Amino acid sequence: MGHRAALRFGTPELLFSLSVALLVIVVAVPMLLIFFNAFWVDGHFNVADVIKVLQHPETYKALLNSLILSVGVTITGTIVGTFFAWLVTRTDLPFKKTMKLLFLVPFMLPAFIGALAWKMLLSPRAGYINRFFMDVLGFDGPVFNIYSYAGIILVETMYLFPFVFIQVSGALERMDPTLEESARISGADLFTITRKITIPLVMPSILSGALLIMLYSMAHFGTVAVLGVETGIYNIPTLIYEKIHQSAGSFASIRTATVLATVLVITAALILWLQNRILSKGRYQIIAGKSFRPAELKLRGLRIPLLVLCIAYIGFTIVLPTATIFMVGGLKTYGLQFTAENMTWVNYKHILFEWDLTRDAIWNSISLGLSAALITMFAGVIISYVIVKMRVRGKGILEFLGMLPFSVPGSVIALGVILAWSGKFGINLYNTVWIILIAYIARYMAFSLKANSAALEQVHDSLVEAARASGATMAQALRDIVVPLVRPGMVAAFFLIFLPALRELTVSVLLYGPTTRTIGVAIYTLNEDGETVYSAALAGIALIIIVLGEVLIKRLVSGKNSA
Amino acid sequence: MAYIELNQVSKRFGQVTAVDRLDLHIAQGECVAMLGPSGCGKTTTLRMVAGFDDLDEGEIRVGDKLLSSKSEKFYLPPEQRNFGMVFQAFAVWPHLSVFENVAFPLRVRKLPKAEIISRTEQALKHTNLLSAARASPDDLSGGGKQRVALARALAIRPDVMLLDEPLSSLDPHFREEMRFEIKDLQRRFGFSILYVTHDQSEAMALSDRILVMKAGVVQQIGTPLEVYGAPANRFVFEFIGLSCFLHAGLTPSGMQIAGTAYPWPNGMPPPPEILAAGTGVLAARPTEVDFVSEGGIRGVVMRKAYLGEIIDYRIKVGETELRVQKTRRVAGPAVSESCGLSFVRPQWYPVG
Repeated sequence: MGHRAALRFGTPELLFSLSVALLVIVVAVPMLLIFFNAFWVDGHFNVADVIKVLQHPETYKALLNSLILSVGVTITGTIVGTFFAWLVTRTDLPFKKTMKLLFLVPFMLPAFIGALAWKMLLSPRAGYINRFFMDVLGFDGPVFNIYSYAGIILVETMYLFPFVFIQVSGALERMDPTLEESARISGADLFTITRKITIPLVMPSILSGALLIMLYSMAHFGTVAVLGVETGIYNIPTLIYEKIHQSAGSFASIRTATVLATVLVITAALILWLQNRILSKGRYQIIAGKSFRPAELKLRGLRIPLLVLCIAYIGFTIVLPTATIFMVGGLKTYGLQFTAENMTWVNYKHILFEWDLTRDAIWNSISLGLSAALITMFAGVIISYVIVKMRVRGKGILEFLGMLPFSVPGSVIALGVILAWSGKFGINLYNTVWIILIAYIARYMAFSLKANSAALEQVHDSLVEAARASGATMAQALRDIVVPLVRPGMVAAFFLIFLPALRELTVSVLLYGPTTRTIGVAIYTLNEDGETVYSAALAGIALIIIVLGEVLIKRLVSGKNSA
Repeated sequence: MAYIELNQVSKRFGQVTAVDRLDLHIAQGECVAMLGPSGCGKTTTLRMVAGFDDLDEGEIRVGDKLLSSKSEKFYLPPEQRNFGMVFQAFAVWPHLSVFENVAFPLRVRKLPKAEIISRTEQALKHTNLLSAARASPDDLSGGGKQRVALARALAIRPDVMLLDEPLSSLDPHFREEMRFEIKDLQRRFGFSILYVTHDQSEAMALSDRILVMKAGVVQQIGTPLEVYGAPANRFVFEFIGLSCFLHAGLTPSGMQIAGTAYPWPNGMPPPPEILAAGTGVLAARPTEVDFVSEGGIRGVVMRKAYLGEIIDYRIKVGETELRVQKTRRVAGPAVSESCGLSFVRPQWYPVG
C-alpha cells in the first residue's frame, strides 16, 4: 500500500503537495523560527535564558499588564455583553431588534480608531470632555484620565463585548422555551428560573464568549499603543513592537520579542483549547423545535429607563467617538473649539488628493486587502478541498497548519515573517509590501479555510459521483458542479479577509517601511507624530470605507440568499 | 361533579381567534384528550390552563380555586397553579442529574430535605428510573427523558396533569409503552389529565372523553366511541378514522348518485333538514361498506391492494373514488369488475 501510494503521483497528490508547501512556507517556517530564536542560544537549547528574559522587569511588567488588562476587559465585557443580550432577547424592551443590530456595530469599527477618539475626548489635559469640565464647570483637575488601566479596559470593552453578546443572545434565542416553562410549572418564579435554569444553561456560551474576549484583548495592539504607551503601560504586543522598532534588530531585543511571542502563542493556545473544551463538553442540547416564544420579562417601570440606558450606551460608545473623529478631522488645528470658523474641508482634501503618505496608505491597504483576499480565497478552496474531500494521508497536518494562525496573534505572525524574510534565507522582503502580503496570507488563511470547508461540506460526494457517472471527468465535475456550489463560501471568504485587512494595524505596524504604510499604520503614526488632525481625518475616511464595505457585503449576501 | 372548569374561554392573537368560547368540564380522575389539526387552538387551550397564556374572555377554575378570569381580572401565574406538566420536547434540564430534575419542584417548594429525598425516590420508582437517578438526562433515550419529565410532574403529587403531545417525540414502540405507563400512573394516583395530541389513536386509547377542535371552535366532546361512531359533523368524521363520502341528490322517496336513483341506504333516510336541502353527503367507514351481488350502489373496482389481513379497494362511483376495506376472508370483486355497495351504518351530513 505504502509503495503504490508513493509511486502514484496524480492530481490529488499534486494538490496536496502544493497546499502543504504553501502552508509550510507561509505558516510553519515563521512559527518555527520564533521558537528557534527564543530557545536556541549560541548553538544549544537554553531554557534558563528564557526564564531570565521573562524575569527582566520590562518583560515581566508587560506580561503582568497583558494579564491585568485582558482579565479586566473580559470581566467588564462579559457583564456588559450578557446584560445586553438578556435585555434584547428576554424582556419587553422597546425597539429590541434595532437595539440588537446597533450592539453589533462596534464589531466592525477598529478599536484603535476608537482609542484615538477617546484620547481626544479624555486625555487628562487636552481631552475635550476634561477641558469642558475644567474650563466651563470649574473643576480643579481632569474628570477621567484615559491614559490608565481603567481607560484602556473601558475602551477595549466597548469594542470586544459583542463576542459575548453574540454568543449569549444566540443561545438565549435558540433555547427551547419549555425548559423554562417546565421550571415555572414546577413552581419556580422568574428569578429562581433565571438563576437555576437559564444562566446555567447559557453558561457555556457566556464562558466561550468571555474566552474570545480574553484572547483578543491579550493580543490586542492598537488600544494599548494609543492609550497605554504614553504613560508606560505596555502589554505583550506593544512591547514586541517597541523591541522590534526601537532597537533596530539587535539580537537581544529580537530574543526578547520571540520569548514574548512564545508566551503569547502558548496563552492563546491554552485559551482556545479551554474554549473548545467548554463548547464540546459543556454545550447542552437546549435547542428544540417548538415555536412558542419564551416568556418576556415585563420591565414595567424600568422599560423606559433601560431603553434610555441602551441608547445612552450606544450614543456614548459609537456615536460620540465617531463624531469626534470626523469633527477633529475637520479642525484647522488640533485643540481649537468646534466652531464654524475653525472647521475646514482642507484636511480631507489634502489627505485624499495631495499628500503622498496618506494616498499611498489608502492605495496600499486596498491593494494589499484585495490581493490577500484573492490569493487566500483560492488557496483556501484548494486546501479545504484536500481536507474535506480527499483521502490523502497526512491531511491532518494541513488542517493544523491552516488553522494555526487562528490562535496566533497578529504580532506573532508579523514577527515570524520578519525572521523568515529578512535575508536569513537569501530573500529580503523587509520594507516591501510583499512581506506584509505574506503576513496577511498567513494571518487570514484560517478565515478562508473555515468558510470554504463549511461550503464544501455541504457538497455531498454523491453530487460529484453523479457527474462522473454522467460521463464528466474529474476536472469537469470540479468546474461544473463543485465550484458553482462552493462559490458563496468563496465570496464569504473574500470579504471575511478583505474587510479586516483594510483596517488592519497589528501586523502591518511591525512590517511597514517608508512607502508601505497601510491605512492603520498611517493613522497610528500620524497620531504618534502629533499630526492629530490628519490622523483623525484619515480615520474618518477609513470609517467611511469600512462601513461602505460592510453595507456592500450585507447587500451581496442577502441578495444571494433571496435568489 | 366538574373538577376542572373552562367557561366560555376565548383567546385572540391579533386578528386571529385562536380559541372561541370554549366550554369544558373535566371530572376528578378523568382523562380528556384535545384532538385536532395543528393550529386548531388545542395547545393554546392547554397553555391557558397551565397559565402560560392569559385568556381574553371567560374563566378557568380547578375545584373551588379560580385560576384565570376575565371578569374578575384575575390571573394566577403558572408557578402557583400546582399542576404537573409534560412537554413534547421533554424539557428536562441537561445541567441537572435525573434526580435533581425530579427534585427541582420540591426544592422550589422548600420542603424538608428528608421529604424531598423520599418523594423524589418514590417518583423515580414509579417511573422505573431509580437506577438512573445519578445519570445525566442527556445519556437517556427519548423515552427515558420523557420518563424523567413524568417523574418530575408526579413529584409534586398534582391533582391535574397537563400533557402537551408527550409521546410524539418518541419512537413508535416507546409510544405504546409510555401510553400504558401514563394510564397506569393515573389509575394509581387518581389525577385528572388534560391531554393535547394530534394522534387520534393515542387519544382513543388514553382518554375517557375526546374533545375535537377546529379553528378554535369545539366540534364535539364525547367518549371515544361516540366520537368515532357518531361524529357530530363531517369534519369530525373525516378527522377520526378512515372515511368515505358520496354526494347524493335527495328526493322524498330516495337518493340519486351519479345519475342513478337508489333507495335509502340500509333503509335510513337523512334527517328532515338535510332532506329539505335537496342534496347531502353520505358517509361511511371503509370497513362498514359491504359488497352485495344484487342491488346496492354501483361502482367499478379501480385498484385492489393487499395490506395483510385487510384488502383495500378503491372503487369508482361516478366521478368519486371510494375506499372500502374488507378482511381477506370476504371474497370481493376483481380489478375493473363492477360491483354493488351496501352502506351498513350510513351517516348523513349536509353539503359543505
